[in-house]
Amino acid sequence: MSSPLWTVYRRELASYFATPVAYVFIVIFMVLSAALTFYLGNFYERGQADLLPFFSFHPWLYLFLVPAVSMRLWAEERKSGTIELLLTLPISMLQAVIGKFLAAWTFIALALLLTVPMWLTVSYLGEPDHGAILAGYLGSLLMAGGFLAIGSCISAATKSQVVAFILTVVICFAFLLAGFPLVLDFFRAFAPQGLLDAIASLSFLTHFASLSKGVVDLRDIVYFALMIGFWLYANAVIIDLKKAD
Amino acid sequence: MIEVRALSKRYGDILAVDQVSFTVETGEVLGFLGPNGAGKSTTMKMIAGFLAPTSGSARVCGFDVEEQPLEAKRRLGYLPEGAPSYGEMTPLRFLKFIADVRGLSESEGRKRIAAVIEQLHLGAVLHQPIETLSKGFRRRVGLAQAILHDPPVLILDEPTDGLDPNQKHEVRELIRSMAKDKTIIVSTHILEEVHAVCTRAIIIAKGRLLADDAPARLEARSRYHGAVSVSAEDLVAVEAALRTLPEVARVEIDATQRRVTAFPRDGKAIFEPVTRSLRERGIAFAGIELERGRLDEVFRTITTAEGVRT
Repeated sequence: MSSPLWTVYRRELASYFATPVAYVFIVIFMVLSAALTFYLGNFYERGQADLLPFFSFHPWLYLFLVPAVSMRLWAEERKSGTIELLLTLPISMLQAVIGKFLAAWTFIALALLLTVPMWLTVSYLGEPDHGAILAGYLGSLLMAGGFLAIGSCISAATKSQVVAFILTVVICFAFLLAGFPLVLDFFRAFAPQGLLDAIASLSFLTHFASLSKGVVDLRDIVYFALMIGFWLYANAVIIDLKKAD
Repeated sequence: MIEVRALSKRYGDILAVDQVSFTVETGEVLGFLGPNGAGKSTTMKMIAGFLAPTSGSARVCGFDVEEQPLEAKRRLGYLPEGAPSYGEMTPLRFLKFIADVRGLSESEGRKRIAAVIEQLHLGAVLHQPIETLSKGFRRRVGLAQAILHDPPVLILDEPTDGLDPNQKHEVRELIRSMAKDKTIIVSTHILEEVHAVCTRAIIIAKGRLLADDAPARLEARSRYHGAVSVSAEDLVAVEAALRTLPEVARVEIDATQRRVTAFPRDGKAIFEPVTRSLRERGIAFAGIELERGRLDEVFRTITTAEGVRT
């Protein structure tokens, strides 16, 4: 087993809890996800025992919260110089990239896990489809992973966490709405229909939508897995290219 | 052992390291000297496997740092410039992390961590976050990390920077004590350090290797090598006495230090003639010294020569 990967993973995960970052993130995520569900999501008025209004706000919550987690992943290592320490230890680049990514992903999964009282609430109020809720959680986690992989890659390209944050939000926003006129109209001016369809198929929102409704389609899962894989690979390449400065 | 062959690094138009070659054997402590921005750190980063060379190669214990990076890195302890470490961790946790990544077993790790804590006097700060420590402690945590796995090859980029004189002395003692069965490269711009720990010194400027020799042999290149300096009240009398000697080529007066320096003609030994002449004339002097040569002067001559300034 590649144990250096898990050593990096453990160190990274512990570092979240060494500072207030973790607690601030978790509290804000829980408060916002609940508030949005009850106030904007018409949780009670709908009269249905499901978590659809809860999950439907996740893409927008992640849009700002995930970049806040990912922005420090590599930018901080570059700024403090620890990247030189990390990459001269007997560990491969990919192990370092994946170890750090998994730690951040675990951290977000932990925040997501703490929203389980929402699930208990609907179970108390009615008879929800537990399979559908589980699929919703899976979709939410996968989507967070996609955002995180993008953020990790962008974070590797800059020393400034602020720049990493803003760029990540913009790119995640583009991916989120790839299937919508806001993004497609931009490409429509010059791109052929085939490319437009390809771009539209990259939309986070469409792939997440079916999962959040409880439809587990292998294609959606593969999509997110490929997305994560691609961005992490790009992450490793960028670190290799930009180490010198 | 470290073998560096025609190592070069180019950033755009700037050639940061230009065809540097050298070999360091076990038991040697190589001092890396050069002005700031000369390419010392870049060279060390390439040997440590952090930066990829533009051309040329570096081998650590026979393993090419590019072709077998993990094998090379296992045998290497590296203190990067500025001794970076994870600020939110305590020294103990940080060292535990390094031991784990390096694949030390539980008991071996504990033993080595205890050993480096002892060697670098980290006992008092084991449980404080590294970012709250003084510069000297942070540097020593970085050193502890580098020697934790008792590597056969050590590369230390300014190991004594930010330490007080006592700590400097201790770190030099530590390096000397490890030198016997290790290959060590130390970069510094403190020239006295070269005398204190190095068996060999390399001078780099503008990315080029300009000198590679034992410290004493480098000093011998100094124009002060073999000169005799006399400290006295009556500088004029001393000067007059020294000028008459046939073995003395030139005499210089340093009024602020109250010192007269006589330079030998054609490498002749002039200590005897100078003392005899002063005694015969009955001139009082406070001290007399045979100069070995001045490393700082050699350093300046080599690194500011016309060829380098291009």
